[in-house]
Amino acid sequence: MSDTAQRAVGTLGEPPPRPATARGPGAQLRQALAFAGRQRELTVLVVVVLLVVYFGFISNIGRSSFFTSVNIINLSQYAAPIIIIAIGETLLLVCGEIDLSPGFVYSFAPFLMYFLVVDDGFPVILAIFVTLLMGLVTGWVNGLLTVTLGLPSFIATLGTGFVLLGITLTTSNATQASIPPAAVGIGKWIGSYSYSEIIWAVVLVVIFHVIFTRTRWGLYTIAVGGNLLGAREAGINVARIKYGNFMITGVLGAFVGLQIAFQTSVIDPSAGGYTPMFLAVAAAVIGGTAMLGGSGTMIGAFLGSVMLTVLNIGFSLIGISAYPVNLIFGGTILVAMIANGQLDRLRLAGGRR
Amino acid sequence: MTDPGSGDSKFASPAVLSADGTTDALRVEHVSKRFGAVSALVDIELHLAQGEILGLIGDNGAGKSTLLKILCGFHSPDSGRIVVNGQEVVLKSVDHARSLGIDAVYQDLALINQLSVYHNMFLNRERVRWLLLSNRSMRRAAREYLNEMGVNIPSVDTPVASLSGGQRQAIAVARAVYSDAKILLLDEPLAAMGAKEVAVILDLVRDLKRRGDVSIIVIAHNYGQVLEICDRVNLLQHGQITLDKRSSETSVQELNDIVVAEYRRALETRQRAG
Repeated sequence: MSDTAQRAVGTLGEPPPRPATARGPGAQLRQALAFAGRQRELTVLVVVVLLVVYFGFISNIGRSSFFTSVNIINLSQYAAPIIIIAIGETLLLVCGEIDLSPGFVYSFAPFLMYFLVVDDGFPVILAIFVTLLMGLVTGWVNGLLTVTLGLPSFIATLGTGFVLLGITLTTSNATQASIPPAAVGIGKWIGSYSYSEIIWAVVLVVIFHVIFTRTRWGLYTIAVGGNLLGAREAGINVARIKYGNFMITGVLGAFVGLQIAFQTSVIDPSAGGYTPMFLAVAAAVIGGTAMLGGSGTMIGAFLGSVMLTVLNIGFSLIGISAYPVNLIFGGTILVAMIANGQLDRLRLAGGRR
Repeated sequence: MTDPGSGDSKFASPAVLSADGTTDALRVEHVSKRFGAVSALVDIELHLAQGEILGLIGDNGAGKSTLLKILCGFHSPDSGRIVVNGQEVVLKSVDHARSLGIDAVYQDLALINQLSVYHNMFLNRERVRWLLLSNRSMRRAAREYLNEMGVNIPSVDTPVASLSGGQRQAIAVARAVYSDAKILLLDEPLAAMGAKEVAVILDLVRDLKRRGDVSIIVIAHNYGQVLEICDRVNLLQHGQITLDKRSSETSVQELNDIVVAEYRRALETRQRAG
């Protein structure tokens, strides 16, 4: 924030650059767009606020209200898993990779905890720890496949995702399980309380925002995605960064799986899958993360997740059936991504002197 | 000189003394390197005196970049010795070479476009307090240092992507020198640059020479520029050094003639074969 503020002050202090301003309203529009491109999170925030105002207004005329506590809890519980997975996807996209498997880590995680507690008599805390470890190991395998064996991450993580899906369906017999009674207590803190999920999500966003913007890990993640060879030549351990980000994403996927199981009080083999992962990738990209690596923000990913949530819940709230909602959803994602690409272009053009 | 190797008889063996009796900053002895069936370097002998600027010229594929990548620890030689400040070293990695004061500026500059100038300056040597980056301290240090070096950029906060080729090159060189490099390897620092930008880099290199504590090897194609900044020139042909002269003892004409002769030979060989 302070960086952008400084830059803004710096631009004001300097004499107007080049005769760009002299070219009339077209140039002014371009400058405004370039500014919007620089303040990517701000753009998404404005869209989110507009959507909230719109749905709040519309739904007050209709029968149900957008601002009821039930709906706000609804929104938060829809947004939280997207936000948490989007944190991992943002890290991976920025360093030039993608992970399609966290949705399947998510499916398997609560079953693993269930088996460990019910079948093997593990204490709940230990079972949760081992479950998160499973996410970590999945991330490590993804790193092994992409970094060490050189497979494209799109294919490698598709493979690990299917393997996990197979394990989930085989071990569970594709039937639901209930939360082990011993785990109900701790489950409240993880996911059962109305707001526990969104609080976790916000805390994780804050932590990873600091890691991403203020530590070497974040800097190297950008460096690896921005110029892989250059990062290597500068002596950065490129493999460590990629492995690490896959492992972070794996753990986050497992954590989300546990959260959803506790929140819904049932362990469902059809939970997870591709949807949360694709929503998370879409949220990251809407929030300004470059699909080709090198740039992105955690705040953007958070706002992107909220935007998708408000759209989805908002439309169903005002009584539009689920089928056309998908149409609007897809259209929005496309428009946001095209806008991002164009804004990026303008931003680079505006930044040059 | 706080340098442990220089002028200290404990470290200097007779084998590494150059003609005038001082310790060379760098010596390469009998270094060879093959990539599969290709002999990239054959029995290379090269020396670099303290504070000297050595120009390395030669055709594309003659082995210049390979030699540079061996000296900066990126490749390891198949055979031969590398002696830094009188001590034989086996360079295990780029980091290892850097810890010995050898740093390279590659053709691609190894700059990260998306990061600011000061983050690039401190890449992999960031100042950190309690695990957090000390951005303010790095920003100030980068600004002061670039000013001192006479490198002109709008702001150290600008992403490197929006700088000109000359500015980017200057930052890459400044980064290497700032990290306390004693032996600097520059891979075509003047390639694809306009006259104004070339002047920036030439100024920078001359400035380093005046300080005298940095020894430099420069790979370049423009013989005029090479003779202008370098004390000595080595010509690399087919993985071997075939000419070693002081800049004052040779001329653009002579270097050109040698290279033209090489082309002629290659052409004749082709014609005979066809």
